Amino acid sequence: MSIPISENTAQAITANRLSDGFVVYLTARNDWSERFEDCQSTGDEQTAESLLARARHHADEGHVVSPYLFRIQHENGKPVALGRREIIRTSGPSVGTDLARG
Amino acid sequence: MPLIKHGKLVEDIWHETDDFTDVQALAPLGPVIVPLDVWRQHRDEILAIGCALGLRLAPGQTPDLVATDLHRFGVIALEFAKFTDGRAYSQARLLRERHGYKGEIRAVGEVLRDQLTFMLRCGFDSFSLATPQQARTILEAVDDFAHWYQPAPDGRATIPTLRRRTLDNADRPASDCAAAWAY
Amino acid sequence: MYRYDEFDHAFVAERVAQFRDQIERRISGELSEDEFKPLRLMNGLYLQLHAYMLRVAIPYGTLSSTQMRKLAHIARTYDRGYGHFTTRQNIQYNWPKLAEVPDILDELAEVEMHAIQTSGNCIRNTTADPLAGVAADEIEDPRAYAEIIRQWSTLHPEFSFLPRKFKIAVTGAPNDRAVTRGHDIGLRMHRNIKGEPGFEVMVGGGQGRTPILAKTIRGFLPVDHLLSYLEAILRVYNQLGRRDNIYKARLKIMAEDLGAEALAKLVEAEWEQIRHYTLDLPLEERQRIAAYFAPPAYDDLSADHPALDEAIAADESFAAWVESNVYDHKKPGYAIATISLKPHGGIPGDASAEQMDAVAGLAEQFGFGEIRISHKQNLILPDVRRADLYRLWQALGGLGLDTANAGRVSDIIACPGLDYCNLANARSIPIAQRISERFTNIKREREIGEVSLNISGCINACAHHHVANIGILGVDKKGTEYYQVTLGGAANEDAAIGTIIGPAFDEWQIADAIETIVDVYQQLRNSDENFIDTYQRLGPQPFKEKLYASDQARKAG
Repeated sequence: MSIPISENTAQAITANRLSDGFVVYLTARNDWSERFEDCQSTGDEQTAESLLARARHHADEGHVVSPYLFRIQHENGKPVALGRREIIRTSGPSVGTDLARG
Repeated sequence: MPLIKHGKLVEDIWHETDDFTDVQALAPLGPVIVPLDVWRQHRDEILAIGCALGLRLAPGQTPDLVATDLHRFGVIALEFAKFTDGRAYSQARLLRERHGYKGEIRAVGEVLRDQLTFMLRCGFDSFSLATPQQARTILEAVDDFAHWYQPAPDGRATIPTLRRRTLDNADRPASDCAAAWAY
Repeated sequence: MYRYDEFDHAFVAERVAQFRDQIERRISGELSEDEFKPLRLMNGLYLQLHAYMLRVAIPYGTLSSTQMRKLAHIARTYDRGYGHFTTRQNIQYNWPKLAEVPDILDELAEVEMHAIQTSGNCIRNTTADPLAGVAADEIEDPRAYAEIIRQWSTLHPEFSFLPRKFKIAVTGAPNDRAVTRGHDIGLRMHRNIKGEPGFEVMVGGGQGRTPILAKTIRGFLPVDHLLSYLEAILRVYNQLGRRDNIYKARLKIMAEDLGAEALAKLVEAEWEQIRHYTLDLPLEERQRIAAYFAPPAYDDLSADHPALDEAIAADESFAAWVESNVYDHKKPGYAIATISLKPHGGIPGDASAEQMDAVAGLAEQFGFGEIRISHKQNLILPDVRRADLYRLWQALGGLGLDTANAGRVSDIIACPGLDYCNLANARSIPIAQRISERFTNIKREREIGEVSLNISGCINACAHHHVANIGILGVDKKGTEYYQVTLGGAANEDAAIGTIIGPAFDEWQIADAIETIVDVYQQLRNSDENFIDTYQRLGPQPFKEKLYASDQARKAG
């Protein structure tokens, strides 16, 4: 899946927390948050790779499962996922809002 | 490598080698496990050495290939290249049930705790492990289940057999079991 | 219904304790995710797009009211108040927490349920005709055999690490409601000339990216030999099935490569070697299990119910529901009622905890406290007095469960798709919702008649789109969802694989395309034809022409 990369696109890291499986995001404080807004993002490929290495370390230590990088952009100061899969991942199933995270 | 046999950590008397360029060089090694391909290539030479022999079957090599020679081997090692590759379970059962093999059947490769009961049930009686620590924890798995549904080479009474005994003792007609759903 | 005895209870309790220990070892770090994944899958636990997903077995689609209430309780207590019934007679919870899964399993064990082998490369939950034991057309009740297979396949020492997943389905009726030819092993019961029951054994069926219908390798297997024959098939597959390529690892590929005849020879040769072992159950054990499936205490009722006929004549909505959702029962005066989990615009197969509780109550009020789950993702009450049908329908109305669409175009099978599933390429549920909203007019649905429409969100084909009259497959094209349409599939006794009709449609075109297909059929059908009859008579051409007419015009212009 190729996503057009514009000026303000960046990457962030998501994973599932081991203990409950919920979607989490790697933060600038080097921990994990359920809030997408808390994610650390970077527009730089090298920084992204180092974030991923950090996330994999957390996975090896058993905090999270299957961390990966995904593309985002910022709209009105808030992160928005770019891929369709990650749009659904960050906002919950599109089939009924009452079933979304909460 | 640490070896568990018949439920205990034991010393492994068997030697394994991949080097069969000179079959004569095997003699000083003592009891030796040879891969099937080597056995089929050098059978008579290996027999002439006169040492105790074991056989190693790779996944997918059916014991039928070597049926008439099975009595010559004190141990047959079956490989779990990955623990998710379950071909060795069939090999072990065929060795025990079809070929009446009575010697040691050894699990080698990725031998993990959570597969131990399956292996025991299929006729494995020794397990080559990666670490001595693993040897301590792996045996805990033996008691995970008291009874099983299927007959297998471990010869344990199956649940259907035990039911028959219970039924005989209670002398209860089967139709009485059709209880209504009430708690 | 089957009831656990002390051995079944002990076994499931031990399995829960074992899985609790495996989870603890995972959380403590003793097990890596790579080591844990096959273990959790063998107990039905996935990690999906948003969270873990727990798939609970409903063996051969049979549930008691007590069990259904427990499923509701679990949805409320450990999940988000709903569950998803699947095509393989399972229920899926979408939000369980890993650390709480052992508690869920303990609760399930209390009512004799489990999640054993609902995933993984092992013998999966055995499925059966949801109308088993009650259908008017049944030759032999397959449930006792399905239970025998359940017990035999549970943590099988030899067949728990197969090349790939392995699915078995059983039916005792000539009208196939269990998609038997879509399974690795399909068992169809017949009687021989002496009147003895036996199985036609079909092997090598499956869907996924290579849909193949199972082929018969034995026309008649006496019931005494069921387990030894299954064991022979599994042993041949375990040894010779491909393990180098996940897409070629199913039995269906091996059956295609070898040919059905050669595979049959291997199986028969293996069976010759083991058929005299102690594996096959003694008659008394089979009778013990069969006794649980003895018919309930039916009353002798008249087949005629003038009051029912009057209600049908007086209430068009009720008449529509009876026409589509009620089937003939083998016992006069009784009927089988489908509770549709396909409200127009709803999520196919989903039920709320409140609906589950209510259905449990209705099953007691209008039956013997039993509920069935169909591969169409609907619920079924198997033993309703015909005289009670109107009251049942009224009660269902208050629950939003009275949709008169069983077997109709809006009775859509849909997988969870990209809204939940990690494997999906496209969403399924919203497409099902949009399509079913086009057919809210019950009169129109009745006119359209019987047709199956299934939507899978990826080539794994969990929604059985290959064997739908109208199949929809979601695909990803450069980040955009597209939907490919197949026509002419069938899941019944005349099973067939559909063929792709042409280029895929985007998410905004697909509902129109389906309406166009239905319109073409309605224009061209002969009086009594169902969709599949018209399609088989005319082939894809008229559908193609209409669907792609604007493309043609564009090209011509």
